[in-house]
Amino acid sequence: MNKGKRRINFGSLSRVVKLLLKSYPVLVPLTVVCIIIASIMASIPAIFQQKIFADIGDWYQTGDWQGAAKVILPKIMLLATFYVLAMIAVTVYTQLMAYITQGFLNKMRKELFSRMQNLPIKYFDTNKHGDIMSRYTNDIDSLRQLVSQALPTFLLAGVVVIAVLFIMLYYSLWMTLVVMVGVFLIILVSGRLGGGSARYFMRQQKSVGRVEGFIQEMMSGQKVVKVFNHENHCREDFDELNGELFDNSYRANAYANVLGPVIMNIGNLIYVSIAVIGGALVLLRVPNPGLSSLFAGSIGVLTIDVMIPFLGMAKQFTGNVNQLAQQVNSIAMATAGAERIFQLLDEKPESDEGRVTLVNAVIDEDGMVTEVPEHTGKWAWKVPADVTIHEAGHILHERVENPDYNYVELRGDIRLKDVDFAYNKDKPVLHDISLYAKPGQKVAFVGATGAGKTTITNLLNRFYDIEDGKIRYDGININKIRKSDLRRSLGLVLQDTNLFTGTVMDNIRYGKLDATDEECREAARLAGADDFITRLPEGYDTILSNNGDNLSQGQRQLIAIARAAVADPPVMILDEATSSIDTHTEQIVQRGMDMLMHGRTVFVIAHRLSTVKNSNVIIVLEHGRIIERGTHEELLEQRGQYYQLYTGAFELE
Amino acid sequence: MTFLFIVGEVIIECLIPFITARLVNNIQAGIEMDALVRTGLLLVLMAVVSLCCGAAAGYTSARASAGFAKNLRHDLFDRVQDFSFENIDRFSTASLVTRLTTDVTNVQFSFMMIIRTAVRSPLMFIFAVTMAYIMGGSLAMTFVVVIPVLFIGLFAIAKAAMPAFRRVFKKYDKLNESVEENVRAMRIVKGFSREEYEKVKFGQAAEDIRRDFTKAERIVALNTPLMRFCMYFNSVFVLTVGSRLVITSRGKVLDVGQMSAMLTYGMQILMSLMMISIIYVIITISLESMRRISEVLDERPSMNDPENPVMEVPDGSIDFEQVSFKYSAAAKRYALENVDLHIRSGMTVGVIGGTGSSKSTLVQLIPRLYDVTDGCVRVGGVDVRDYSVKVLRDNVAMVLQKNQLFSGTIKENLRWGNETATDEELVEACRLAQADGFVSSFPDGYDTYIEQGGTNVSGGQKQRLCIARALLKRPKVLILDDSTSAVDTRTDALIRAGLRDYIPETTKIIIAQRIASVQEADMIVILDNGRIDAVGTHDELLRSSEIYREIFEEQTHKEDGDE
Repeated sequence: MNKGKRRINFGSLSRVVKLLLKSYPVLVPLTVVCIIIASIMASIPAIFQQKIFADIGDWYQTGDWQGAAKVILPKIMLLATFYVLAMIAVTVYTQLMAYITQGFLNKMRKELFSRMQNLPIKYFDTNKHGDIMSRYTNDIDSLRQLVSQALPTFLLAGVVVIAVLFIMLYYSLWMTLVVMVGVFLIILVSGRLGGGSARYFMRQQKSVGRVEGFIQEMMSGQKVVKVFNHENHCREDFDELNGELFDNSYRANAYANVLGPVIMNIGNLIYVSIAVIGGALVLLRVPNPGLSSLFAGSIGVLTIDVMIPFLGMAKQFTGNVNQLAQQVNSIAMATAGAERIFQLLDEKPESDEGRVTLVNAVIDEDGMVTEVPEHTGKWAWKVPADVTIHEAGHILHERVENPDYNYVELRGDIRLKDVDFAYNKDKPVLHDISLYAKPGQKVAFVGATGAGKTTITNLLNRFYDIEDGKIRYDGININKIRKSDLRRSLGLVLQDTNLFTGTVMDNIRYGKLDATDEECREAARLAGADDFITRLPEGYDTILSNNGDNLSQGQRQLIAIARAAVADPPVMILDEATSSIDTHTEQIVQRGMDMLMHGRTVFVIAHRLSTVKNSNVIIVLEHGRIIERGTHEELLEQRGQYYQLYTGAFELE
Repeated sequence: MTFLFIVGEVIIECLIPFITARLVNNIQAGIEMDALVRTGLLLVLMAVVSLCCGAAAGYTSARASAGFAKNLRHDLFDRVQDFSFENIDRFSTASLVTRLTTDVTNVQFSFMMIIRTAVRSPLMFIFAVTMAYIMGGSLAMTFVVVIPVLFIGLFAIAKAAMPAFRRVFKKYDKLNESVEENVRAMRIVKGFSREEYEKVKFGQAAEDIRRDFTKAERIVALNTPLMRFCMYFNSVFVLTVGSRLVITSRGKVLDVGQMSAMLTYGMQILMSLMMISIIYVIITISLESMRRISEVLDERPSMNDPENPVMEVPDGSIDFEQVSFKYSAAAKRYALENVDLHIRSGMTVGVIGGTGSSKSTLVQLIPRLYDVTDGCVRVGGVDVRDYSVKVLRDNVAMVLQKNQLFSGTIKENLRWGNETATDEELVEACRLAQADGFVSSFPDGYDTYIEQGGTNVSGGQKQRLCIARALLKRPKVLILDDSTSAVDTRTDALIRAGLRDYIPETTKIIIAQRIASVQEADMIVILDNGRIDAVGTHDELLRSSEIYREIFEEQTHKEDGDE
């Protein structure tokens, strides 16, 4: 009737099961065994009850307890033994389940995270962050539901249903048929109601999304709302959305709520029918075929001592069928979540075939190089002998000759030749970009939003790979350099600062994990951040949270600059890094940076021309092409685009 | 209503085994067929009534809880609309959103659980116990043992597990926050090659959670064996003592039917106890959400209209008299100290100062976004606290530094300034704000849809639209708080020229980083560390203010010796 009903994804389900088995090759089967034992034990008492009731039936006219006890007590003892076994099985499996579930989730979480860390930037640029996040929250939660609840319950209920079915069949075919009719009814009704509930839950989900979106927008824009006296309009709009959510939410829940009592009461109906029909059968002495008759070889009649445990079994049976029906739903939901997790796990990680590494080096007066483990402020590229080193690379002589490697001085000589690039195949972003940054130069990119400034820096640190052309770093093709080393050599400060939860000191130290407090302070001083940090209530120990929302945007940028400064990188990329800092403070920052970057290469992107004025080369980009390049003075003389941009400020004078 | 249905359902459900037991006995004793049918029909009828009651209870409880959630959300939203800036600052945006969404959902769920089960289970419990005593007599003694054991056991487990869970959930939230942080900052993580470092950090946190979670879940997992134990004990007890009783009394004190009913009641009692303990857990969990919600509801808006508010702003003059201000009473430092400033109506005033010099704070006092701590601010010669807040803000338009467009068309956004504005007025305002050009160039023009957060227009375009929106208010005072920082200098100048020529009688206050943006103002205010450093025209300040001269030189002349 409705095609959109959720389906169990068996591929994901079997993958989850396989992973479970792989993670716990002993414990998982043990748990399964315990569950099976527990559920069989749960079905057996019915037989004992029947036997005991039969015994009572035999003896109760006599009133002779002494005699009866000899028959009844051993059975009860045996029953109690089964109970003890069941208790043990239940205790073991529930404890194991708790252990396995958490261990498994932990494993999945870690795998998810470590796979995520290895994904290319493209993945993060093309997937919504909320979407990625929901794998850690919703999907992991549904996996937890699957492993700790749905699967064991399904197994348990399944075994009980089969066992009870056999026991029922053993005693009476007719009565079993009565129960089966009821079960059929339950499946029919729960399918109907479940479908309606699923439909409204979907609508509810959509309404929730809309309401949350509205709340998010209004709460973050609350100050604007107030400035414009717009409170009452917001209330009206909100009430409308809120009313819609109410409608869908109560319908969805009503369906779900009605389902439970309905199934339970159909269970009651079965219970009653058994009593009535069974009673009739007993009274009318109707032949009662069953598996037991096969063993006995003759068909007896239904007796009261069969009927009583049958009542209990019918309850147990319908209860467990109900469980199964509900678990099917939640397994379907959980496998959808599992599938999304696997999707991320199957995402292709960022490949890295680079073999050139970055090492700390000591270069003595005669230009001989020695590789050392500790930070020296000097670096060298360690290049395997079979990697070509082009003309810009300064090959260093080694103090101790190593034939397998050449050492190239890290100078920050970066050349782009005829580089083309497109994020999407059909929309080229960069055309024929050629440029040359000599060591120690400051290269600035100027141009409108979307001209391709940031894209160039994305290519330098290989967040994206070029389509065509060449990029060489100190004469080495950047594709040959190990990504982590390439990026380590490029300090990065972005307009969106992205600070981490932790103290100011922790955030600065992020640039260089083994930096001392003094080094961090020094970096902060260079970045012009020391002044405001020391005025914070807790100074360097002030805790930042929520991307540092207790600081102003300018202050956050200063910390981000300090973070890059403490890494002391040979090449720095500043992408609108000072856009929110006032010009006076920017001067201080620039002076500090110039000192830090003396003799090193800097790439600057800024729309504020005063920031880029003193660059060695200013490159003006338009629609992914370089249209002008030169120093500030040269460009002014050209009277081109840059001239127009720059003179805009003075037009009214 | 719901309660009534539930009561009905419970009563019937408890009666069914009772009547069935009688039926069973009658069958045993030999019963007429028509009597059997009669009892049978009665039972079926009861089951149907119980079904209806149950369904009705489910329906009404869903409706009630959804309605409850709706009202809660409505009240919360309403309350936030009444908040002053000070109130808003106290709660972060994210925390307000969580309270309105997750917390309300939690409470809705527990509310539903409570009305459905909190009535049902205790009732079930009481009925079942009563029935058991009526029927079982001394056999009911088993419950004297089982119930306290289960009761104490379940609550001990719940009590032990609760704090553990609360701890875990807190850590869990933290973990997810840090993942989110990572996703957002992926460029930085990769840029600094910190992937491995982040993995180790995450691994430790995840491991920590696993340990705590396992501990908590293992405590909860004890529930099932405990429950089973009580069930089994009950069964063995009833069977042993029951069969003895039946046989010794020859079915007089207790008969077989009653004995089987005792087994059923035993189950019902234990199940309802189980449910009660689950409710206990749910309630304690939702208490935290409840607390966070009432925190918002109990927050008193810190700004209210005076008794007899002034309903008209006479002109655009502004006076600061010995104004001091700090953001919270606990703050050590004043954000503004002893500010005296007098602005005549129609003046253009520039405000300049370094990051953190309280420029924004100064202007936020004018439309009474915050109340002064000391001194007073007057607009049109009247203390801002004497105006009706609505009137004041309608006349003092402010373009905030952190501005925002809302999802909707450009027209809809602009009409925030003036709902009744005609299309011509919209275009006129956009022309003044230099926005008409790019808006007309959009394929849908003024009907272009702005995405949430205004992500489909550039920063400069957003700023110009925000200015146009403020202009539509036809305010007596217009405040631009660094509102053209992303606009190129030429357009910036055109906007200022437009303001000067077309709304000369409006007082204009412009906060800017660029000297060029303020240099032709009638008056320039230099702020430094929350104090006024100097006031004057461009030429006066070049002579008198060192700070001003420094900034001016930085922005116009190339620094020597830098290269």
